[in-house]
Amino acid sequence: MIILRLAWQSLMNRKFTTILTILSIAVSVMLLLGVEKVRSSARTSFINTISGTDLVVGARTGGVQLLLYSVFHIGDATANVTWKTVEDIKKRDEVKWIVPIALGDSHRGYRVVGTSSEYFERFRYRRNIPLQFVEGYKFSDLFDAVLGAEVARTLNYKIDDEIILAHGTGPVSIGKDHGDTPFRVSGILAPTGTPVDRVVHVSMEAIEAIHLGWETGAYSDQNNKKSAEELRKIDLSPKAATAVYVGLKSRMTTFSLQRWINTYKQEPIIAILPGVVFGELWSMIGNIEKVLLIISTLVVLTAILGMIISILASLNERRREMAILRAIGAKPIQIFTLFTAEATTIAFLGVVIGFFSLYSTLFIIQPFIENLTGLYLDITLPKWNEIILMVTIMGAAVLAGIIPALRAYRTSLSDGLMIRG
Amino acid sequence: MLSEHNDNPAVRLSNLDFCWGSTKNDFQIKIKDFQLKKNESGILVGPSGSGKSTLLSLLCGILRPQKGTTQILGENIESMSNSERDRFRSDHMGIIFQQFNLVPYLSAIDNVLLPLYFSPARRQAAGKIQSKINSEAKQLLDTLGIASKTLGTQKAVTLSIGQQQRVAAARAFIGSPELIIADEPTSSLDEENQNEFLNQLFKQKEQTGASLLMVSHNTHIAKRFDRLIEIEKISDISVEKEKIK
Repeated sequence: MIILRLAWQSLMNRKFTTILTILSIAVSVMLLLGVEKVRSSARTSFINTISGTDLVVGARTGGVQLLLYSVFHIGDATANVTWKTVEDIKKRDEVKWIVPIALGDSHRGYRVVGTSSEYFERFRYRRNIPLQFVEGYKFSDLFDAVLGAEVARTLNYKIDDEIILAHGTGPVSIGKDHGDTPFRVSGILAPTGTPVDRVVHVSMEAIEAIHLGWETGAYSDQNNKKSAEELRKIDLSPKAATAVYVGLKSRMTTFSLQRWINTYKQEPIIAILPGVVFGELWSMIGNIEKVLLIISTLVVLTAILGMIISILASLNERRREMAILRAIGAKPIQIFTLFTAEATTIAFLGVVIGFFSLYSTLFIIQPFIENLTGLYLDITLPKWNEIILMVTIMGAAVLAGIIPALRAYRTSLSDGLMIRG
Repeated sequence: MLSEHNDNPAVRLSNLDFCWGSTKNDFQIKIKDFQLKKNESGILVGPSGSGKSTLLSLLCGILRPQKGTTQILGENIESMSNSERDRFRSDHMGIIFQQFNLVPYLSAIDNVLLPLYFSPARRQAAGKIQSKINSEAKQLLDTLGIASKTLGTQKAVTLSIGQQQRVAAARAFIGSPELIIADEPTSSLDEENQNEFLNQLFKQKEQTGASLLMVSHNTHIAKRFDRLIEIEKISDISVEKEKIK
């Protein structure tokens, strides 16, 4: 159609302005889609910090607090769960597996997590991805430790290096080292983008062993000091856990088991559904993402405004062109179409270029972002919300393009073939 | 297309009454009877502000009179709808302005071809197939002294004013419309270019058998036309407070 050809050639005639306008829309689209991408990735990767675990059990406290210390290892537990309770839960018919964790020690600022070796099979993150070892194996000896990726990288540890754990979780601990019982690095995990990367894992028994004589909170039993060899020989079955990850045979039983645990008589404990509590937590910290989204929407509006301004500015110098087209037989509605087509072309190219620039940029920076922040940007085909965003931007730009087009329509009607100042 | 209007005058205005605005002081033009015969060439002269351009806008169907009828090629254009009039204009009229006739971002050839996209009838008249139409446009440009191979492919803005006017003439004539209307097409040209332009204009007019109505200040060129039309003589104009054009 001739009008579309005219629109294209007219745009090409004003290449510089046109390209700048297209770029400003493209950049704004990139920003908006990028923010949306980071937002949804952050949300997904946050909520999927732990997956495959149906319930997390701990001493009675707030759900968010339990989640914070048991999964993110932020803050401390107020109380432990006794081993008898752990055994009681394990004996329930609904339960397929349990993984206990014991917190309270650290190594050079990184948390130490005591756990069972089943942890390495049961712990899943993102969409059910299991932990993987880049080097070594899970613990085989009492004093074996498995390091998260960040711990190994930052502290530059290799397999068979010796490390000394500290009692307590402060960044610096003075005179509280478990110095007489050094650990050996037996395995190093692959990066996961979850708190696991910042954890030193040891066995439940090791936690028992290094705390013999620490019952009062400080090492008191100097005389009864035992060597590593002696420790290996005594019974070190755990007496308590800080929290327990529970996997069920059937998800149908989640709520009945939760009710059973929450009303457990012998000890005050609670069970939480990690997904639900993650959602609660996210809604508390997720407001920043809304602010980002609003800002980038405003940037898109500014770009569209820029487009209208550039078309409006060209209107006056194009009155002659409109009169010529009218003389040749163009209807005023065709003049209107011409200007709308120009706005649509600019918007379309802007959105398409913005989209492809974003995805090629994502493709390039994805590994860096994951390394740097642990945020995994999932590059997939555009999701519905992205498509809706792009269609909305297009629609808004086309609607905005009607403003100059209407002016052109009215000018061409009143000017006719003659241009009156 | 031609036979349909064969026996009618190219232009016929009767009892026309047009007024800008609505008060008595506004510019008003009344024409009792005016005709331009088929194949006739007429030059319309008159002082500035005498309503020449208004008359042309009436003929093109851009303005509508308050009273009276405007017949072009026997058809009463007042009875048409707006879009029918736009269509009628593109089918039957070629229009040349004083200057800035061309769409600046199109090449000379594309400018010449432009009316054919708006008028399938003229497209038919220019040729059945695109290559025929293109060669028709090139031929027209060549006849009018614009080398189609070199200047024809250049953007319109790069041409001189004299060249632009000749491209405009080629555009007016392509597809052989019956009526050519020109609004002081030579006023921006020097004498040599004026003569050259008029020679070509009349040559094309003879070839296509079109009628020609041209507005001009320049009475020296009047002898080339079949008729000299003085606007004061055909119309009754009240110009108490006017400034048109």
